[in-house]
Amino acid sequence: MTIPGAPMKALTIRLEDELFAVEASRVREILDLVPITEVPNAPAFAGGLINVRGRVVPLADLRVMFGMARPEPDEDTRIVVMEVDIDGEPTIAGILADKVHDVTDIEAASIEEAPKVGMRWRPEFIKGIGKRNGGFIIIPDMERIFETTDGRTPSLAASEERPAS
Amino acid sequence: MNIADPTETFRQEARELLDQLEAGLLDLEQDPSNQDLVNSTFRALHTIKGSGAMFGFTAVAEFVHEFETAFDRVRKGQSQANAALIQVALDAKDHIHLLIESPESRAQGGDEILAHLRVVVAGAPAEAPPSPKTNAASTPAAPPEVAKSWRLVFYLPSDALIYGTNPLLLLKELAQIGPTKITALTDRVPPLEALDPEVPHIGWQVDIEADDPTSAIDDVFLFLRDNMELTLAPLDTAAAEIAPLPEPAEIAIAAEPVAAEEPQPSAAISARQPPNPKVRAADKPDGNAASSLRVPAERLDELMDRVGELVIAQARLSQIAALSADTGLKTIAEELERLSSGLRDTTMGIRMVPIGSLFSRFRRLVHDLSGELGKPIEFITAGEETELDKTMIERLADPLVHLIRNSVDHGLESAEKRAAAGKPAKGVVRLSAVYSGAEVAISVSDDGAGLDATRIRAKAEENGLIAADAKLTDQELHHLIFAPGFSTAKEVTSLSGRGVGMDVVKRTIDGLRGTIEVTTRPGLGTTMTLRLPLTLAIIDGMLVRVGNGRYTIPLAAVEECVELPDGIEAHAKGRNFLDIRGSLVPYLRLREVFGTTAPAELHQKVVIVSSGEGRVGLVVDQIIGNNQTVIKQLSKLHSSSKSFSGATILGDGTVALILDTAHLVSSGQSYVDRTQPGRAA
Repeated sequence: MTIPGAPMKALTIRLEDELFAVEASRVREILDLVPITEVPNAPAFAGGLINVRGRVVPLADLRVMFGMARPEPDEDTRIVVMEVDIDGEPTIAGILADKVHDVTDIEAASIEEAPKVGMRWRPEFIKGIGKRNGGFIIIPDMERIFETTDGRTPSLAASEERPAS
Repeated sequence: MNIADPTETFRQEARELLDQLEAGLLDLEQDPSNQDLVNSTFRALHTIKGSGAMFGFTAVAEFVHEFETAFDRVRKGQSQANAALIQVALDAKDHIHLLIESPESRAQGGDEILAHLRVVVAGAPAEAPPSPKTNAASTPAAPPEVAKSWRLVFYLPSDALIYGTNPLLLLKELAQIGPTKITALTDRVPPLEALDPEVPHIGWQVDIEADDPTSAIDDVFLFLRDNMELTLAPLDTAAAEIAPLPEPAEIAIAAEPVAAEEPQPSAAISARQPPNPKVRAADKPDGNAASSLRVPAERLDELMDRVGELVIAQARLSQIAALSADTGLKTIAEELERLSSGLRDTTMGIRMVPIGSLFSRFRRLVHDLSGELGKPIEFITAGEETELDKTMIERLADPLVHLIRNSVDHGLESAEKRAAAGKPAKGVVRLSAVYSGAEVAISVSDDGAGLDATRIRAKAEENGLIAADAKLTDQELHHLIFAPGFSTAKEVTSLSGRGVGMDVVKRTIDGLRGTIEVTTRPGLGTTMTLRLPLTLAIIDGMLVRVGNGRYTIPLAAVEECVELPDGIEAHAKGRNFLDIRGSLVPYLRLREVFGTTAPAELHQKVVIVSSGEGRVGLVVDQIIGNNQTVIKQLSKLHSSSKSFSGATILGDGTVALILDTAHLVSSGQSYVDRTQPGRAA
């Protein structure tokens, strides 16, 4: 985790029309869209597998967790390959991003806790909200999002549906 | 990966030494008077003590020191190894293990074990008078009237200097026993041109004044004794026994020796040789460092991954080369194919571990069970050298524990029953491994009563596993013991009889893509044979297409492929069976199982797969062909999807899922049971 007070080095990505920030130190690489293998009957959040340099890596779609629309990939779509802890087990996973912006510093002072009410998204998946250039950047809580209990979180079960194909 | 952590190195080494210790103790139980075993056991203890102290495991060192002290009586022949002693020694070994693995836990109970050990050692005097074997090989037994003066003559093993033995230190240690007079024996020193400076050519004659130095001398040469020449005799008779000595070059050990000597003819030159081994002193006396190498397991996994990637990349190249007209490209693609398949075989070979490492664990198990149940058991192992993939070996441990427990607990009869049946009191449990084709067969057999078919049937009917009038072959009947919730043991013991276990064994073996066979002969015993593929990393697969997705089916599970008859759709409602040469085989439409929406192929195919006794047909859109499949585990995100056992990467770089045939067959079978009660195939 970041040292308190130090700015957070983050990769900013766009999902739908919102900016998200993931810790840059966790990011392994950013890929153009590759062929995605659908896993039948898997939760929509992690419905696919991709080949990352000979490694089979699950592909997660954060948009499912935030209840966003999932348009077809376009020329801006990227896959951010990063390290996440799934139930304490370090795992390599890919995340779909509608667009990848840049690596930036987010001042610690500007990061606030997610308000419990008045938000479009489930607050438990958001670690904080940062400010930059007058706009908001959402810092998702990757551990919580990827946390599973017997393979699915209660939230996953709730949002589970057939992957749109 | 913290390779440099010295305590972890110590732990690993200690684990191996403890295994050695345990094996030695168990051997000793069979052969209590084998002095070599006593010595090797003692050496293991001594090394643990030494390195334990070095790495700051003081609790370990102290405990082992006490253990060693007690055990020393056995070594000196003052006490005989017997069952009680071995039992306490095994407990002590477990305690050391605990101390090493979790030094913070301050494991309790050490003092009791030691007290017990001392009592057992003191209370079991040797039946035979102290055997002369305890001393060096040719030493006569200590005479009753103890000589005051002893002559010790020794020649070090030729590799002693290479392994860092310093003769000077040995001599100094000897000097601590009593006043010594040391003479160098140069009779074996070759001419200068033939002299190998790394070989200790010089022998030593040491006259010691002491009451009975034998045990002290044993300690000095503890690690060398096996290969060295050593004689010890009271001084009066010694001169006659020892071979005629050439003019010895005398060296006074007390005064810092040698360096002061004048350069003299041959004797003096070589006399200077032995005290010179400091060059090598840093080398650890590490048995076969040159011929084997310790590598962290995760590096091997990494290597296997890389090779897997290479195989995949090579498959892609071959695919492109096949479409190309460029002969140069084709040649190099073929060359690469040959190289990568060679590399793959070598890498798989590295991961192969002899199964003996696993077998030796069970000796303790059988030993403990034998004590607990009061059944004398002879445990025989065979085929320890048989090699299996290391992951496989790790995963086999639990199933084999269950099978062996089962053999001991249910298989072998009580001593009285055995006597009544005219069998030897000692039951035999045999564990063996042997190659058969591309598989390894591991069997656990006992010479007990055999499976009781009537009781199995009664129990199965009682539990509702089979219908009362079901006609079953013996083989089918025997396989019922692997059904969940099945146990014929009349009473539940601490070991088995709860009905968990055998079904777990079956599941684990299925998961390893293996099979279990049961053969039994009433009154003569039962044999359980596990058949397992040699490796888990790469399999042959059959690639199929369902909708837009491609899936791999392990080829070993495929029995045959047939066309789905036209028009079967019409009366498909609730009756998904195929008639395969007279027997009904249920089939699953993978399109439905996977929720595929892409348009179906007009002529669908059925791949019949089997697992254990069951068969099921998998309806697919297209059979693409066979391929080499490098198995990749699924991450935790997907480990809950039961239909797939893993994934692989195809020649074109996309990912394909591997179907878990065992799961599909059982869901197909349960479908049969749902739709056709009382008509189990």
